[in-house]
Amino acid sequence: MQTGLEEQLGLYQKRIPIFTRSVKGRFRRFKTTVLVLAYAIYFLLPWLPWSRLDAPSQAVLFDLPGRRFLIFGLTVYPQDVVWLALLLFIAAILLFFVTGLVGRAFCGYFCFQTLWTDFFIWIEHKIQGERPARVRLYRQPWNREKLLKVGGTHVLWVLASFWTGMTFVAYYAYAPQLVLDFFTGQAAAAAYITVSILTISTYAAAGLMREQICTYVCPYGRFQSVMYEPETLAVHYDARRGEGAHGRASARAGQRTLDERHEKGLGDCVDCGLCVQVCPTGIDIRDGLQYKCISCGLCIDACNTIMDSFGFPQGLIRYDSEQNLAAPEPTAPRVEWKRLKTIGYGAALILMSAYLAYSIGTRGSYDRAVNQIRQPLYVVLSNGDIRNRYQVRITNKAARDQTYEISASGIPAGALDLGNFREITIKPGHSGLVQASVRLTPELAEHTHHFELIITPKGKPAEARSENVRFDGPKEEHD
Amino acid sequence: MSEQKLQSQTVQTTGHAWDGDLQEYNNPLPVWWVYTFYVTVVFALVYWTIYPSWPFGKGWIGGLSNITYVNSDGETKTHSWNTRALLMEDMNQAAAAQKPYFDKVAAMSYAQVAKDPDMNGFILSAGKALFSDNCAPCHQAGGQGVVGFFPNLTDDDWLYGGSFDKIHETITGGRHGYMPTFSEVLSPEQIDELANYVASLSGIGHDATKAAAGNVLFHSETAACYYCHGADAKGRKEIGSANLTDNIWLWANVPAASSAEGKVAAIRSVIASGLNKGVMPAWAGRLSPEQIKVLTVYVHELGGGQ
Repeated sequence: MQTGLEEQLGLYQKRIPIFTRSVKGRFRRFKTTVLVLAYAIYFLLPWLPWSRLDAPSQAVLFDLPGRRFLIFGLTVYPQDVVWLALLLFIAAILLFFVTGLVGRAFCGYFCFQTLWTDFFIWIEHKIQGERPARVRLYRQPWNREKLLKVGGTHVLWVLASFWTGMTFVAYYAYAPQLVLDFFTGQAAAAAYITVSILTISTYAAAGLMREQICTYVCPYGRFQSVMYEPETLAVHYDARRGEGAHGRASARAGQRTLDERHEKGLGDCVDCGLCVQVCPTGIDIRDGLQYKCISCGLCIDACNTIMDSFGFPQGLIRYDSEQNLAAPEPTAPRVEWKRLKTIGYGAALILMSAYLAYSIGTRGSYDRAVNQIRQPLYVVLSNGDIRNRYQVRITNKAARDQTYEISASGIPAGALDLGNFREITIKPGHSGLVQASVRLTPELAEHTHHFELIITPKGKPAEARSENVRFDGPKEEHD
Repeated sequence: MSEQKLQSQTVQTTGHAWDGDLQEYNNPLPVWWVYTFYVTVVFALVYWTIYPSWPFGKGWIGGLSNITYVNSDGETKTHSWNTRALLMEDMNQAAAAQKPYFDKVAAMSYAQVAKDPDMNGFILSAGKALFSDNCAPCHQAGGQGVVGFFPNLTDDDWLYGGSFDKIHETITGGRHGYMPTFSEVLSPEQIDELANYVASLSGIGHDATKAAAGNVLFHSETAACYYCHGADAKGRKEIGSANLTDNIWLWANVPAASSAEGKVAAIRSVIASGLNKGVMPAWAGRLSPEQIKVLTVYVHELGGGQ
């Protein structure tokens, strides 16, 4: 009788280590270019100087205590949060747009998990050698050589992780001072906490977990599959050509040239396994499109190298669409963009980017908000006049002190009372409050429902902006 | 091939078959998940030692994290971590952060405070908080008051004077408005005549004959209204008597009445029953001098004080 306990299975799935072979080719070159560019920007940007009047001379500085984000010549305040919303929207639409066209291009070439894993594998490769050497090292018992090589790799990984965290924090404070403070124990607690969390998570994600992040943790990789369409270009193995009538076979004597192979009904795939060895997620692309594939194109490079060495045509593994591969007469792969979804995403992308550019390009030098005081809406004064009160908040977004004047139109001269502040001077990045009140005779109040409140930066009449504000009186109460 | 081949194999089964062909898939958890679980266990242990965790006897294990705060009686207390102590600590910090501003207010004159843009921002925010906590229950959130009960602080009428000093005096010492009950001294006809006279002062529809009689009565020793309201009926700020000639009504709810008779009736009822409800408490012991100063400026700015 079977009890189900004869053979104990492991309760947990151990990770099967992956040792990727390095490869040369178009996609490798592209990946390296992206990596170098992205790292140059990420690691050097906090050190780029930028002269400013009232803030540290750092080109990109997210000044959280000052509630402002300094990005080159642009100062972004929390009330500009709509820009962030637009940026996130654009990023999301860009992801949908690109994925529908060329598959998981973000995963394969631009995702920081991919970049950092790539960099960590490069370190591993430099210290421990090419794939066979690394496999041998993995299998051999712990000795001096293994200890030195593996230990050295991990030390470098931790250092790279640490500097990743350090650089992240450098965006939030004046970098040279921060680094000095950090190593003399004088930086803020938040700096130490952030750097340690990022060091640990970078080391764990890029050094230890690697493809498991994409497979088990990352939601993007999974939901991008719903954006694929039959026309979407993705990394595909041309099974029809590779398998032929009788499957793939190694290039032994007698089946070395294409003619010999086609004679025997063999496919073009020589089953060298290089595409599997170079894969950072450890899959076999010849099993078809699968969720673990991050679309990095390294198997294309590997296969093309082999095809070249045998004198076979390139492109046994290539970017192609499911539709084209299944067609009776496959054509050269091309980007199919004439689809309602793609055009829709493209239009949304252009619209939103244009709006963001317009919004940033035409930003004013100040923000204003005029609020009518609603408790009470109006006051009857001793001589019967009606008075409404308003709170005017002006935020100076320019780089220097600015004086603002407030005036009104649509009401008699002298009706606007600004109390002690005819004009107000506001420091850059600060807000000022002015209490304004408007007093009208009962007859006039009956006919006045709106008027214009005009805010003028002193010396810049072109930047004057007017706000249409309500005027309430006792009559309207019964409306 | 290498280890990698293994990853792209078909799903494992438990290896056990029921009824000949019924098998169960085995999808083991990835091992890093288990390690994450161990990390959470370690986290919990650290958490227990830092924060209050287990019941123990009649109390609990407080943990290593302590909060020190100064309570409302000025005593310094240290307590194991809890949200009430945390609130007290936060309040202490907030009070300390406000202190420079309050000190500045204390050192400046009223006129200086009102004209300083920085101080103006502080008065508007801190004053609003103080007003909402202490004054709004009667005078309402915006200081608009309630007709028949609490004076409107946003208009230009000040019973006791609207200068900084007078407002300060009012807040510090409180006020008590009083008007005797005239239904015991005067006949209903006389009260009606007086009411018509008061209505005529503000230009409200009235009976001219009764108002003329009321005028005489107002200035006579029988009713003696002028004792408090003055011969010109404009009130006396020293005792807080109302100005009867303006358009502002505090006790008689004249604005709410739609007809002229209703308005006169509202005035009549106040004369007949008198007033003993205009009581404002003294805030001298409850608020600090700096807080009263901030409130003084805030209230002054509400109605464009005098």
